[in-house]
Amino acid sequence: MFGLDKKDTRMLLVVAVLTLCAPFILNPFPTDSAMAQFNAGYPDLMQRFVIFGIFAIGFNILFGLTGYLSFGHAAFLGVGSYSAVWMFKLLSMNVVPAILLAVVISGLFALLIGFVSLRRSGIYFSILTLAFAQMSFNLAYSVLTPITNGETGLQLTLDDPRVLGVSATADGSIPVTSLFGLEMRSTFEMVVGPWAFQFNAGYYLCALVLLAVFYLSIRIFRSPFGMMLRAVKSNQQRMNYTGLNTKPYTLAAFVISGMYAGLAGGLMASMDPLAGAERMQWTASGEVVLMTILGGAGTLIGPVLGAGFIKYFENIFSKINDTVLHNWFAFMPDGLEDFVVFIVHPFIGKGWHLTLGIMFMLVVVFLPGGLVEGGQRIAKWVKGRKNKDDSTSATKNPAE
Amino acid sequence: MDAILLQILNGLDKGSAYALIALGLTLIFGTLGVVNFAHGALFMIGAFCAVTVQRILNLSYEVVDETQKDFLGNALKVKTSYVESWFGPEMGGAIIDWAVPIAIIFAIPIMIFIGFVMERGLIKHFYKREHADQILVTFGLAIVLQEVIKYFYGANPIQTASPEALSGVANVGALFGMDIVYPVWRIVYFFFSVVIIGGIFSFLQFTTFGMVVRAGMADRETVGLLGINIDRRFTIMFGIAAAVAGLAGVMYTPINSPNYHMGMDFLVLSFVVVVVGGMGSLPGAVLAGFMLGILEAFASMNEIKSILPGIDQIIIYVVAIIILLTRPRGLMGRKGVMEE
Repeated sequence: MFGLDKKDTRMLLVVAVLTLCAPFILNPFPTDSAMAQFNAGYPDLMQRFVIFGIFAIGFNILFGLTGYLSFGHAAFLGVGSYSAVWMFKLLSMNVVPAILLAVVISGLFALLIGFVSLRRSGIYFSILTLAFAQMSFNLAYSVLTPITNGETGLQLTLDDPRVLGVSATADGSIPVTSLFGLEMRSTFEMVVGPWAFQFNAGYYLCALVLLAVFYLSIRIFRSPFGMMLRAVKSNQQRMNYTGLNTKPYTLAAFVISGMYAGLAGGLMASMDPLAGAERMQWTASGEVVLMTILGGAGTLIGPVLGAGFIKYFENIFSKINDTVLHNWFAFMPDGLEDFVVFIVHPFIGKGWHLTLGIMFMLVVVFLPGGLVEGGQRIAKWVKGRKNKDDSTSATKNPAE
Repeated sequence: MDAILLQILNGLDKGSAYALIALGLTLIFGTLGVVNFAHGALFMIGAFCAVTVQRILNLSYEVVDETQKDFLGNALKVKTSYVESWFGPEMGGAIIDWAVPIAIIFAIPIMIFIGFVMERGLIKHFYKREHADQILVTFGLAIVLQEVIKYFYGANPIQTASPEALSGVANVGALFGMDIVYPVWRIVYFFFSVVIIGGIFSFLQFTTFGMVVRAGMADRETVGLLGINIDRRFTIMFGIAAAVAGLAGVMYTPINSPNYHMGMDFLVLSFVVVVVGGMGSLPGAVLAGFMLGILEAFASMNEIKSILPGIDQIIIYVVAIIILLTRPRGLMGRKGVMEE
């Protein structure tokens, strides 16, 4: 289907079902139950899952395929956000032109940065991208204040021109973002027994975009172009010796992944028309690296998993506090309960980053393929136990 | 002329911090071939060593002093620190006052120990893996160290004062017959870093140990074949590099109140410094550190800012980009080191 083989089609369908049914899947617990805090099915969080998924997919096209580790990808996300908000200020509140402009501008920006940074590879490339991103961040904070509004961040105001729209609604407030009249924040709530499911227009826009770009990334992975990028990763020198100029390929990959980041930034601004410089800071770039590696760099589904995983646990872990912990471990004897809570305490709430850091290190050390490799290993192990009786000699899997 | 000298001074103290961190980074890179993203965290830990020492020295107990009354007529509770009660008020007060320099004594073994643990426990396993993996795992480690510090010390900057005698300003211009007033501690910081840098260089240059290390940097395999346990020496060098970063952090606390992410802020710049100086070149790292510090100071002069607004924010990065593109090896980079 769609020019994909059977396996990829299945994966695309699985992702499609998961994203489209996310309001159900992420809301497994009734609203009033004690477990309701683990529900993630509210629009704001679901949007973040999907937007960071797009960001990570784009990063993976660069890092997973070519092995170029960019430490400045958040700059493109920031540029995308700024351009989208400017579109809202100047043109109209329709999200389509805003997202298009975000993609185009961040693509151009990526072309510029990529052209310079890709002259070097390895660690130098990482540091160059880091330097560029940090430079853009500093500029956004200081000199470019007329464009970026500095520390406050770019916001909509009542006296923006909005040529094709209205500066202010009839009741004098700032208009909201919409897709040809369909408000992004409009949410349809469905109550089934004790459950309440929320269907948000903005989320579904993001989800559809995610599916489109996921499909695109599958096509890129399976194309001759993707093959070329993988060749760059495995041995660039050999490529050069065979008389092939790898620069256009890596540059194309860089620009594509920059446009993905810009798309994510544009969507972010469409959901909530704000843009701040902190989105470009290098810790933000680090976050997308974490997502991709944690999920599994170089795999198709990995980055999406990683993004969802990090954003979900970030949200859940930050909400857990000592009282919640005491409730959980209430079945233990008092002394033991206090002790367990004491041990777990540093890792929850504000300590979420500590957990994330440790998890990330463990993954890099023991599981370089990320969650996807972990899943594969478990599957293999289960299969291996089943087949043990049939044949003692393990068959070698063909290398992917 | 005054303004120029003042900017050079400004550049020197920032430059010394860059140079010290970059020196440690280069030591690790030159010996072990590992790109250490956790080096900024070591700088930060050093700074928190100073905070800890100051807190320990200030530990105190309360006594009810019958001779003094508060405004209600009750006996006043007076806090006396243990140090003061042991050494007498004068001596004890001096010790508390000099907490930051005293922290150096404690910071050295602590930092060397942390360096050993890091190298033996984690980084050892990453020699054979790609640079990207090394970057990633040390980046993860940096996050963990940062969060641990945040857990114990909170997220707010902690003010740490320099000794009373060194906290004022001095007229440095008097030597040249000019009038330049400058904080004393920053001058101390500069001289401190010069001493440390000189110490490291002479250690490498004039001791047998240093000679072996330099030989190992040039050709690790051959040195190993000569029957020298080069790995152990490199581990020790890692500890020393960690100590250098830590000391830079200890002495920096009075200049800038330490908070848990100060390391990350310095790290990005130090990487730029290392790249500009040339990967694996120790003199390059020091030279580039001071050079970029001074450049940054000049760029933040109002006269220059009025011509090129915002140049002070980006000058270092612009210089780095220009250098990388025109002299990919950096200012003093050696041939064959990280050519790829």
